[in-house]
Amino acid sequence: MPTTVGVVVFPGTNCEMDAVTAVEHIGGTGRLLWHADDDLAGVDAVIVPGGFAHGDYLRPGAIARFSPMMAAVAGFAADGGPVVGICNGFQILTEAGLLPGALQKNQGLKFICKPTVLRVESTDSVITRQTTVGAKLLVPINHFEGNYTCDSETLARLRDEDRIVLRYVENPNGSVDDIAAVCSEGRNVVGLMPHPERACDELLGSADGAVLVRSLLDAV
Amino acid sequence: MNGSLVGLLLNGRGPGDDGIREAEETSMIYDVMVEVRLRDGIADPAGATIERALPSLGYDGVAGVTVGKTVRFTIEASDEVEAKVRSEELCVSFLTNPVIEDATLSVTLADGISGVGA
Repeated sequence: MPTTVGVVVFPGTNCEMDAVTAVEHIGGTGRLLWHADDDLAGVDAVIVPGGFAHGDYLRPGAIARFSPMMAAVAGFAADGGPVVGICNGFQILTEAGLLPGALQKNQGLKFICKPTVLRVESTDSVITRQTTVGAKLLVPINHFEGNYTCDSETLARLRDEDRIVLRYVENPNGSVDDIAAVCSEGRNVVGLMPHPERACDELLGSADGAVLVRSLLDAV
Repeated sequence: MNGSLVGLLLNGRGPGDDGIREAEETSMIYDVMVEVRLRDGIADPAGATIERALPSLGYDGVAGVTVGKTVRFTIEASDEVEAKVRSEELCVSFLTNPVIEDATLSVTLADGISGVGA
């Protein structure tokens, strides 16, 4: 049975089909989940994809976290289910309290859309199990508010607990400690600003994101 | 808390407000202004960018630029204390992200507006 990945869709989400296509390209099954529903429909893993949920009004993710589906996702995560938030999805997971910290406007106030090189910092997460520490991955970013920030105590904890999953080799947005991805205490919830689903085939300029998606499919 | 917040957003009703009020209870309308600011120590890219631009525009000697936002609304409450408590709850649960933001509230009785609860 292929792994079924639920991809949450809010009004304003725009990367849901990128995520579904990447999952299916790698052998899984993608299923869209509407934010106003509260049933995960038995999926094996969840992706909260990129976009501008609820127009990013107030703050990215501020309104999305109140959607019924997010309560279901939180319950799924609490039971150890794999949950990955990509870009706007990462912002939503921090607003929902499933991941620590917050995403601020980029340093320099520029919307940045370009390939970045990521360094794998921990293989103990649902998206990096099939990689190796120190591996370099070429994966694009596409965001205005991707500047990861947290207080010094949280940062110390993330470091001590090996929860910084990916770092930028060249920090594009001012993120504290070059952080591109972090995971939850249980290591089953991951948020990242780069878009691995857009780097799953050489035709797209890089297939380096495929290992992250494959790790998720095999994490189930 | 989520349910009550959604209720407040959608219906203007808050916790404990089930729509059934004592006939003699008077509800008042309060103007609320929330000033949202980044917490001390949190980088402020917008403020820094504005500050950097000022000298080239001929404004020297301007420092400490920070950028926040203001949210205004009215709220129905039996008194100012209740208006403040409910507004503060709204700030913590929704209007600010306490990880990076603080808020100050000002609550004033709306001019000449008060209503009697149904």
